Amino acid sequence: MPAKKPFSEVVARHGSTVLRVCRAVVGAVDADDAWSETFLSALRAYPALPADANVEAWLVTIAHRKAVDIVRKAQRSAKPVAEVPVAATAVDLDETEVDLTRLLSRLPERQRFAVVYHYLGGLPYAEVAAVVGGSPEAARRAAADGIAKLRKARALNSGASPAGRGADSCAEMCK
Amino acid sequence: MTMTAERPGPGFAELFGPPPAETELASLYTDLVDRAEEEGLLDLAYRTLETPVGTLLLAATLAGLVRVAYDSEGLDGVLDQLAHKVSSRILLAPKRLDEAARQLEQYFSGGRTSFDLPLDLRLSAGFRRSVLSFLPAIRYGQTASYQFVATAVDNPKAVRAVGTACATNPLPVVIPCHRVIRSDGQLGAYLGGPDIKRRLLDMEAHR
Repeated sequence: MPAKKPFSEVVARHGSTVLRVCRAVVGAVDADDAWSETFLSALRAYPALPADANVEAWLVTIAHRKAVDIVRKAQRSAKPVAEVPVAATAVDLDETEVDLTRLLSRLPERQRFAVVYHYLGGLPYAEVAAVVGGSPEAARRAAADGIAKLRKARALNSGASPAGRGADSCAEMCK
Repeated sequence: MTMTAERPGPGFAELFGPPPAETELASLYTDLVDRAEEEGLLDLAYRTLETPVGTLLLAATLAGLVRVAYDSEGLDGVLDQLAHKVSSRILLAPKRLDEAARQLEQYFSGGRTSFDLPLDLRLSAGFRRSVLSFLPAIRYGQTASYQFVATAVDNPKAVRAVGTACATNPLPVVIPCHRVIRSDGQLGAYLGGPDIKRRLLDMEAHR
């Protein structure tokens, strides 16, 4: 069994990814809070984590819970001035959106979570499903649908015809 | 890591915004340390200290200074060991070690002849621990033989075991195992290397 790494190394290795996940899920303003809550909670539970666990998946799972907490709290206090990405309704992505990060924040919650946790957090679909609920297949479909919307919006944004550069960006985004 | 999903390709990077700057992460890290301290979650705090005998790693539990390590011991390896033997709740948290660092700096500049710090001796047990507990009785600038120490801890035949206790001292410099030398006057081994042992003894002799 591999030995448990010092927690300082966990923060050094995964701190950046977790912050990006937090930013993508709760937005830049609340991301710092979500990050701190995630690592404080992780520090508390770390000694009980099996040494061979997928640490990043574990952190992303905690980050998800903390992000949801923060969003719920924001919804309860309902400050009309604060923009809460998760509260955004699933609007149709349109050509006026130029910033893909913003586009991402406009995706329906399930699709956004699936895209962020799979492609940014590095979680396999089975783990994405464990975090957001539902089956791995549903998680895979949510991620695919989310990516398809982003791809379409991006093709529109780049001003290309869907058959032309849009297809290139599809290839690029989907590797 | 075969179970891990693919990483975003080049086209994905902009979806998630730029990677956070080092300074942002550093400031989050500092806040995390403060909150961990407040909530009593930081079992081990560590920092490094530059000294005339190289970089030292200092680590403290809530009870006191638990480890001083020389660069030659491999600092990453020492942290791994601490995670295994004491607790994995470790963070780079210099504040808890401010006083230890201050006293060590005074020692290396010749302004201090003994340490007044809470020590956590949990990394040493049994006979070794009784040897370590005796060592501060050997005053600054003096030396004692392994034989003398063995006799002092009521086990005159355990000369080699005294050597082992010194070689595994978790708190070198602070617990002065460098002041224990061979009966024939040769310096003998030292966990930081014989050169450092000589250097510490020379420094103490010429204060």
